[in-house]
Amino acid sequence: MKKKITLPLTDEVIKDLHAGDTVLITGTMLTGRDAAHKRLYELLQKGEELPVEIQGEVIYYVGPAPAKPGHAAGPAGPTSSYRMDKYAPSLLDRGLKGMIGKGARSSEVVDSMVKNGAVYFGAVGGAAALISKSIKKIETLAYEDLGTEAIYRFTVEDFPAIVVIDSYGKSALVQ
Amino acid sequence: MNIRKINAAEITEAVKKMFMDMNYYIGSDILTALNKAEQTETSDTAKSVLAQLIENHKIASEEEVPICQDTGMAVLFVEYGQNIVIENGSFEEAVQEGVRRAYIDGYLRKSVVSDPVFDRINTKDNTPAVIYTEIVPGDQIKILGGCKGFGSENMSAVKMLTPSAGIEGVKQFIYDTVKYAGPNPCPPIVVGIGIGGTFEKAAMLAKKATLRPIDTDNSDERYAALEKKLLDGINQMGYGPAGLGGKTTAIGVNIETFPTHIAGMPVAVNICCHAARHKEITI
Repeated sequence: MKKKITLPLTDEVIKDLHAGDTVLITGTMLTGRDAAHKRLYELLQKGEELPVEIQGEVIYYVGPAPAKPGHAAGPAGPTSSYRMDKYAPSLLDRGLKGMIGKGARSSEVVDSMVKNGAVYFGAVGGAAALISKSIKKIETLAYEDLGTEAIYRFTVEDFPAIVVIDSYGKSALVQ
Repeated sequence: MNIRKINAAEITEAVKKMFMDMNYYIGSDILTALNKAEQTETSDTAKSVLAQLIENHKIASEEEVPICQDTGMAVLFVEYGQNIVIENGSFEEAVQEGVRRAYIDGYLRKSVVSDPVFDRINTKDNTPAVIYTEIVPGDQIKILGGCKGFGSENMSAVKMLTPSAGIEGVKQFIYDTVKYAGPNPCPPIVVGIGIGGTFEKAAMLAKKATLRPIDTDNSDERYAALEKKLLDGINQMGYGPAGLGGKTTAIGVNIETFPTHIAGMPVAVNICCHAARHKEITI
């Protein structure tokens, strides 16, 4: 059974998501990976303004490939999430409600998710061309100089994902 | 002795096509293994992940878009026939230009940064490629290429085992590396193993092993048997497709070896995701 959910996520929806649930996500999400996270983290450390509001948002760990002419999006599958583990708790404290990536997370991230009532989804790594079909629009929001690592806003319809770690800290991954 | 002249532009064109093709069309070895795994798996989640991967290959090949957004860092093993002279350019630059053109004209992602520690500025054309050249007799150029994604590259390791570790030590290190990687390198994985040589030779052999089709065996039957044993052992770990549980954690284990020093037994494990993109061409 696939659950259809819309963004932004409400606390009620988050509470109703459980590790192992298959979901189809519709709405808008931010993207960001290593280099963008480093910059956001450093701004938060210094107490400075962020170039994008992250409160209530879901961030997708992805560096998309370029779109061919006539395509709304290029292939855009998830990147490994653990590389963002150092930065994620600060973003969660700031109000981030969800993350989409692939693979395992540190115990610090899981603790912060439970504390802040956030959820971690997994998309299927390597299914990038398939996933791109659910991306309807891409806008650049910040850090354009980073190329594929910039922060984009994706508008998605029925984006396929799995709840990998829920807001209770339960994981669907084989330990 | 006959000297063969090859125009640099011909090499550029061949390398460009090679990298575009390998990013759009997965090899039949990988596709066969994924189809077989989908039949073997019993859980809905594992079947569903594999079905998505198979569907993804269909879309990528039909629309000529990359299989994975991580179109990797280009790695080429070249056997360069010593009777060849390159005209109108250098061999190195001709290859780099081919990679550059593939990534720009082929809508592949540019994932290379100029300096690993300080600048980390994207080179915007995915160069430089990593090129290993061997001079061989003859008048042909054989290129074995791969585009290596780093989700799996980051999960790789080299260990300088010593002779007393024996085959059990080799197996243990390989299992430990795969376990440490767990769900991160996009299982089901291809495991490339290099044993012997020196520190860097073992790593190069491991890389080369990831580029060998997974439906082929090591020509030494002892290593071929070890490949099968390791594949079974890894698949008993239970990580499964996407790390969400299942019987298929790996779809292939390839071993390459080289003579080594009396005091050593280096082992390198290069992990590759299920999108194991490789291609060989002869010019």
